[in-house]
Amino acid sequence: MHMPTDKIVPQSDLYSRESTTARTPDENPLPVRVKARDVSVFYGQKQALFDVSIDVPEKSVTAFIGPSGCGKSTFLRCLNRMNDTIEGCRVSGLIALDGSDIYDPSLDPVELRARVGMVFQKPNPFPKSIYENVAYGPRIHGLARSRSDMDAIVESSLQKAGLWSEVKDRLHEAGTGLSGGQQQRLCIARAIAVSPEVILMDEPCSALDPIATARIEELIDELRQNYTIVIVTHSMQQAARVSQRTAFFHLGNLVEEGPTDLIFTSPVEKRTQDYITGRYG
Amino acid sequence: MNTAIVASLLLLMLGFAYQLGWSRSRNMAVSGVKIHSRPAYHASLVAFWALLPALLVLGLWALFGDTATRTYILAQLPTEITSLTAADLEVTIRRIRQIESGFGVVGEAQTYENSAAQALREFRALTFAFVVATAAATGAVGLFLAQRRINPRLRARNEIERIVRVLLIGCSVVAILTTVGIVASLLAEAFRFFTFVSPIDFFFGTVWSPGFSSTGAGASGKYGLLPLLWGTLMVAAIAILVALPIGLMTAIYLTQYATPRVRGIVKPIIELLAGIPTIVYGFFALVTVGPFLAGIGSALGLDIRATSALTAGVVMGVMIIPFISSLSDDVIRQVPLAMRDGSLGLGATQSETIRRVVIPAALPGIVGAFLLAVSRAIGETMIVVLAAGNSPFLRLNPGEPVSTVTVTIVNQLTGDTDFASPQSLVAFALGLTLFVMTLILNVAALFIVRRYREQYD
Ligand SMILES: Nc1ncnc2c1ncn2[C@@H]1O[C@H](COP(=O)(O)OP(=O)(O)OP(=O)(O)O)[C@@H](O)[C@H]1O
Ligand SMILES: [Mg+2]
Repeated sequence: MHMPTDKIVPQSDLYSRESTTARTPDENPLPVRVKARDVSVFYGQKQALFDVSIDVPEKSVTAFIGPSGCGKSTFLRCLNRMNDTIEGCRVSGLIALDGSDIYDPSLDPVELRARVGMVFQKPNPFPKSIYENVAYGPRIHGLARSRSDMDAIVESSLQKAGLWSEVKDRLHEAGTGLSGGQQQRLCIARAIAVSPEVILMDEPCSALDPIATARIEELIDELRQNYTIVIVTHSMQQAARVSQRTAFFHLGNLVEEGPTDLIFTSPVEKRTQDYITGRYG
Repeated sequence: MNTAIVASLLLLMLGFAYQLGWSRSRNMAVSGVKIHSRPAYHASLVAFWALLPALLVLGLWALFGDTATRTYILAQLPTEITSLTAADLEVTIRRIRQIESGFGVVGEAQTYENSAAQALREFRALTFAFVVATAAATGAVGLFLAQRRINPRLRARNEIERIVRVLLIGCSVVAILTTVGIVASLLAEAFRFFTFVSPIDFFFGTVWSPGFSSTGAGASGKYGLLPLLWGTLMVAAIAILVALPIGLMTAIYLTQYATPRVRGIVKPIIELLAGIPTIVYGFFALVTVGPFLAGIGSALGLDIRATSALTAGVVMGVMIIPFISSLSDDVIRQVPLAMRDGSLGLGATQSETIRRVVIPAALPGIVGAFLLAVSRAIGETMIVVLAAGNSPFLRLNPGEPVSTVTVTIVNQLTGDTDFASPQSLVAFALGLTLFVMTLILNVAALFIVRRYREQYD
């Protein structure tokens, strides 16, 4: 699915080039985990994303905001190659995780997805028990050597997802029997259980009530200590609350990205200004 | 009775009534009063009320006309004929009717027969005219009353809706009553069979040799169900062993791996298999598959007959493949894409995802498909008639010929049958057994499929 870019810039040059997206300077930048350069995505003939370049720093939360249909999910799905599963989807440009191209033909997307986990918009627990939901990933990747290993992984993942105290007595009941907010935390636990380095979340709170949302936001803030997180959200307040950096997408372009407080107080681009003040979107 | 004339008269009346209702309600609407229902409803209502009484009259005649005619014929016959035995009387009446219809009879027609036929001819013409006239008159009365009811406040629309509902209920009642009727007659005849043979001998007997009704064997034959049941189950099991893996794999391939283009070509071709008449499968089994399997058998040193449980089972399995594949295809497709993405997003490969998430999630539906396929296999007749060898003995070896419940029903009911002998009545007991088995399987399948549906709502 990887199409070599038809630009004259060789891959290595593309990689070392600075992102040209409008951005306000950052005083003490964190090391970059995910680096994207000139990423374009096509669904069949239709181009959904135009030359997106961005750096995602580690151990922080990066929020993608923008009006519906601007390509946030599309770009997010590029980061763990979930777009591969979509018929007729084509990605060009460069995306690197820790300096290596994730679209390199020698790289196995299956391995990549174990390193870059994903939480979806709607909670989608498997129709299995709570325990089996969390154990699913570790079992596939052979992360647990024994039954007690697996128990430990399940417990610590549920702990980190803030769900342990609520479900510890009913681990063998169906995951689908939990409430929406609990299901979403179960999906987060499931993603954490394979010890990913990066967690991608596509509108993880859109199906939840304010209390469950607050719980998840708290959780994201805690997870930031150990993981690199990218979150798509339609709520400006949520982006402001949980993220350190914010990227604003519009019509398939990355318009502006920078530290969240600066984006929300003094954006460089007029389009960003208009969007965050609610003039459109 | 001349159906074409009656039908065209009815149509004419229908059209006239509709037109009348339409123009009357139309005028009312044009005159500016606010009317409850649109003219089309008023018109339909008038047409309905005109048609209903006419149809009732015709229906009554269809029900009782024959008896009336019969009584009339009997009245025409001399007493020495009417005092004949019932069977002979039947023959005479049939002959008279044949003469009347101009069909002719075997042998010389008697004078009393001819005169009775002549009288019958007149009677028919008269009653026909009378019935049609009555129908027309009642129709006209209905029409008149119905059109008088037309007024702005008449809730014609609600009335039409009610009528439509009653008609729909009527149609489903027909289907239900048919089922009930079939079951009742099965039960009654099976019960008669059990007056000859005890249910214990039937359900637990291990020997099937019913003898022939012509020899008047009475209850001397042996009616053990078990050899037939065993044959049925063995053939069905072989069929499922062939169809389940192939059908399921096909469904998985089509839903998970095939591109839309391949799918668009492969799916109709597989479904074509379901359209082949079973008799064609039957001689395919007999002519091609049987000898082929026998050949393989002799090459391996196994004794496989050309007509055997194996032959019938394998071919039946091929027949059931599309059944399993398209049902499984549906249930696999119903597993939400989010489930698949969730698994892939955790770094599972496609085959791991299918094995550990998609199939388990679709499992209840697949089990439902499986049970429906089993009931299909148990009820299948033509293939086993031709290819199973018709040999009702308890044998373990699938390479030997067997007989099944369905085949035996065919055997017991073909040729000269006398529905009072246990030899043919046993067919009803067998049919009942088959019916109960497939009913249980179907109910179980429906139950499982329904429970599964609730899961993702
Ligand atoms: N599978 C697909 N096939 C074709 N076009 C697609 C597909 N998925 C997305 N698109 C198109 O790509 C564009 C970007 O879609 P995307 O889902 O990335 O938007 P989004 O920013 O996530 O929107 P939202 O906020 O509504 O989720 C849209 O114009 C959409 O119609
Ligand atoms: Mg989206």
